[in-house]
Amino acid sequence: MKSIVFIEKNPVTGKLRNVSIELTYKAYSLSKPLKGEVIGVFAGDALPEDTDRLFQYGLDRLLYFTDERLKHLHSIAYKHILKAMIKSEEPDIVLFGATHTGRDIAPLIASSLKTGLTADCTQLYVEDYKDKGKILFQVRPAFGGNILATIITPDNRPMMASVREGVMLLPEKHPNHPVKMESFPVDFNESWIKSEFLSVVPKVKKVDFNSAQTIVSGGAGVGSADNFRLIRELANALGGEVGASRAAVDFGFVDKDHQIGQTGSVVRPKLYIACGISGQIQHRAGMEESQKIIAINKDPEAPIFKIAHMGVVGDVNEIIPVMLRYLKEEG
Amino acid sequence: MKKIVVLAKQVPDTANVTGDAMKADGTVNRAALPAIFNPDDLYALEMALAIRDKIGGEVVVITMGPPKAAEILKHSLYMGADRVMLITDRKFAAADTLATSYVLAETIKKIGGVDLVLAGRQAIDGDTAQVGPQVADKIGFNQITYVSALREFNDNYLIVERDGEVQTEVIKSSYPVLLTITGQANTPRYPNCRRMLQYFRADVKENFNDSELSAAESNDWIIPTYALADLDLDEDRCGLKGSPTKVHKIKSIMLKGGDLKMYGTKPTNIKQLVRDITKVYVEVN
Repeated sequence: MKSIVFIEKNPVTGKLRNVSIELTYKAYSLSKPLKGEVIGVFAGDALPEDTDRLFQYGLDRLLYFTDERLKHLHSIAYKHILKAMIKSEEPDIVLFGATHTGRDIAPLIASSLKTGLTADCTQLYVEDYKDKGKILFQVRPAFGGNILATIITPDNRPMMASVREGVMLLPEKHPNHPVKMESFPVDFNESWIKSEFLSVVPKVKKVDFNSAQTIVSGGAGVGSADNFRLIRELANALGGEVGASRAAVDFGFVDKDHQIGQTGSVVRPKLYIACGISGQIQHRAGMEESQKIIAINKDPEAPIFKIAHMGVVGDVNEIIPVMLRYLKEEG
Repeated sequence: MKKIVVLAKQVPDTANVTGDAMKADGTVNRAALPAIFNPDDLYALEMALAIRDKIGGEVVVITMGPPKAAEILKHSLYMGADRVMLITDRKFAAADTLATSYVLAETIKKIGGVDLVLAGRQAIDGDTAQVGPQVADKIGFNQITYVSALREFNDNYLIVERDGEVQTEVIKSSYPVLLTITGQANTPRYPNCRRMLQYFRADVKENFNDSELSAAESNDWIIPTYALADLDLDEDRCGLKGSPTKVHKIKSIMLKGGDLKMYGTKPTNIKQLVRDITKVYVEVN
């Protein structure tokens, strides 16, 4: 079971995107028991600064092609280069990060290879299937997250899947492979460059969920953009980050960067406080792995209470001020 | 003058699962969800209409789906589409993104002379965001995904902003090009009253009886449908047959009850809650 992982660089930091490391380790755990290799494929203007980290998480080899013309996401050029790398290795599995880059290129390659691609997988495992031998089982939420579907690609190779950042966990103990890099020859065709990038402006990152131990999130029940300040105050008081449900973002209470859930970020803090969030599957998909969940909601029937560890039935706009007062007292 | 194709999909309203759509066991009754115009596709349609309104041309909206999907084509006519096409055939059922993109790409080739294809970023039922790029691959167009604004356009090129997740990219492309559009791009227009009066009877041909048919034809009320044979498609590449991915298993999500501790709303209760939170907080930090 040979696996290929698409290695992606964060163009702003010049370093690996976390999802590339997460998927390298995932591929390692899928392939190693079956004595398969894990190969990274990278195309870009220059290698990520911390490329070596991939080998500490189970990568056997990295195929790379660097060229100044690949500084930006020229989808068609990336497609041709990565496809050539993949074809040269004939892997069983190809994994992409479900980033705005991965989701741009992966479908082009799957279409071109006439094979299956399963988006946003939350679980991947290899098992025997009928007379097909070992295949990849790809579990993903569908239908707005109301169902979990297991998708297979029984008759085509490679079996392709994308996974969002933060979904696959990294272990504390991990393999340490020797660094092995192979420059991949590409006959670059100028006609692959079809777009002109006039300017690129890094986004100011307002939200950092990755390092947040505590997240306080507000939903529709907060009521207004003005009331949302209570969510910020509670997050500040607890030294945490501010999250939001899709409803809160859609109502304009808070910026989309704060959105947690199926169409936002996936978070796993140690403490998650859901304020005025009913807990539709769309939101739960992004936070239910949190260690302790605290729910404050007017509706005692709200699904959020089904996954919460502590709960209060009441109006967040009355309860949070009281909480803030006691938090100050407790110091 | 540009020939613009918009790819649209009718989807179950998965974002608003309430009331009847929720079964007693906490799972979703998919059949009870209302069918809506996929939200991202409305931004694509708006962008197409805005471009046509300024530089001229034709907006063709195509959708693949059951006859009921004609509803979103009717809405497209209300908003100002010049032409609509319903690609419908039982043989298209259970298509994954590869098979779907094949049918849509062949339709675009059949239309001919297309300069610009616009699609929503993703559909809310599958959330794959794959059909747009896979169509681009098959028709050999340039592609720009996650388009969050249209800055400039004319007969020779367009300039868009792309949400590159960690950065915003300003990209210029000549035609032909396929764009996928996000909700930041624009505000879709309301249906036009005059066009609503003109097309309120629009429907697929089967839904008119013989006595109505000539009036329907002369008033341009018939939403044209295209089946596998009309588009000269390879049956092996359509529907379930043409789909490399198969659904192995489906599980409805049910909530698992946890060890929930409830607190009252009196100040003393809240004080206890804060104490308990602080305890967790000390434990974890």
